[in-house]
Amino acid sequence: MYSASDLRKGLKVLIDGAPYVVTEFDFSKPGKGQALYRCKLRNMITGNQLVQTYRSNDKFDKPALEERKMQFLYNQENEYHFMDNENFDQIVITREQLGDNANFLQDNMELQVLLFEDKPIDVTLPIFVNLLVTVAEPWAKGDTSGTDTKPVTVETGYVLNVPPFVVEGDKIQIDTRTGAYVTRVKE
Amino acid sequence: MLDQEGLHLRAAFFRAIRLFFQEQGFLEVDTPIRQPLLIPEQNIVPIPSGTHFLQSSPELYMKRLLAAGCERIFQICHCFRQGERGRLHLEEFVMLEWYRLDADYADLMTDCEQLFGFLAGELPGCIFPAHLDLGWERLTVAEAFARYCPISAAEALAVDMFDQLLVEQVEPRLGLNTPTFLCDYPLELASLARQKPGQPEVAERFELYVSGIELANGFSELTDPDLQRKRFEEEYATMENERGRQKKMPEHFLEDLGKIEQAAGIAMGLDRLFMLLLGRKKIDDAVSFAPGELDS
Repeated sequence: MYSASDLRKGLKVLIDGAPYVVTEFDFSKPGKGQALYRCKLRNMITGNQLVQTYRSNDKFDKPALEERKMQFLYNQENEYHFMDNENFDQIVITREQLGDNANFLQDNMELQVLLFEDKPIDVTLPIFVNLLVTVAEPWAKGDTSGTDTKPVTVETGYVLNVPPFVVEGDKIQIDTRTGAYVTRVKE
Repeated sequence: MLDQEGLHLRAAFFRAIRLFFQEQGFLEVDTPIRQPLLIPEQNIVPIPSGTHFLQSSPELYMKRLLAAGCERIFQICHCFRQGERGRLHLEEFVMLEWYRLDADYADLMTDCEQLFGFLAGELPGCIFPAHLDLGWERLTVAEAFARYCPISAAEALAVDMFDQLLVEQVEPRLGLNTPTFLCDYPLELASLARQKPGQPEVAERFELYVSGIELANGFSELTDPDLQRKRFEEEYATMENERGRQKKMPEHFLEDLGKIEQAAGIAMGLDRLFMLLLGRKKIDDAVSFAPGELDS
């Protein structure tokens, strides 16, 4: 159980049966008045924002969250299959739940899966992943469009802009937080 | 953490405040920081120190000095309030308090105007984020709620929304052009202040705001010991989080209160004021060491 005085940025609390994370926090207290804990929170399942002011006597349950190390096995259409590294349990996360993270999943990749009441709600990827370029148009010499990047497709189907020297068959490093090209990888 | 320039400015800031009060004929005093008994305040949680508590304000002993015959006194001291931590709050902070015998809250407002004018002259390197030379805004709590809130101050009190509306709707709009005195608080929010003559529902209490930030709380002192005892009893009755505090009456204080005919006193948070003068946004950036910078 948390009380309002435990609230701070990053704290996870249970509100109306859903897990929320505090994204912004400020303590205020008018002269001689009561303490007010002003929060912005994000629903960890729906992503919805909640703006709420709490008082000293407000209490919160801890959400039943658990982070487990898993391995990505394969996907079938919109269903992504993962296996728990310790007990070999298999779980399915939908493309919708994965959001942009689905762009960076490689077979056998290890990642952290966040479970709420034993249901997966989020995955945490390594910050950098190396992916194979599967489609790249050759750089058109004399291109006068003024851009110094071109779009390529990587093995997961994700399309991103890269420098012109990247060719089909290259491995490139991508920052999973931004989805941006970092560098070409020599293997 | 303050850099060398910040430390020198902070020293000049304290020097200028002391100079102002000395020139006005105030006596600088220092009273005990560890106190066996604090004045009951339902929204302040004290920090224990052995068998005593660290002061949340020096007011009790400064008023006893008034009773002992001091006419004008000031003090700069550290005060402590448990759990008060945020962008504008430190659990340990520096307070300036000053008290005047035979004065009321209007005299304190004049002091504030003169103090700020003096500081502006003494501290050319500092920023005053409001016009000091124009007449400062004076707004009653009732007017402020009528202007900025969907419900009146009395209605807000009745549904326990007074503090939240004050913080979220009123405060951000105060002290933006000139500093603002928010005056005449509902009587139940001013346990130690005098009723306003002719307006029994409000107390002669004000808060000073600059740039939406509360800097000081002042009032005409309640000097009737019987009435003060009653208010303390009411305050104790509503207090839940006692954490081992004894609900005792400060008898010496109440006795001394009877020796004072009229007085007024004010508490000003100096770290916040200095933060504004530096043009900073966080109180942590206005002190020599912020809590996160301490060895632990």
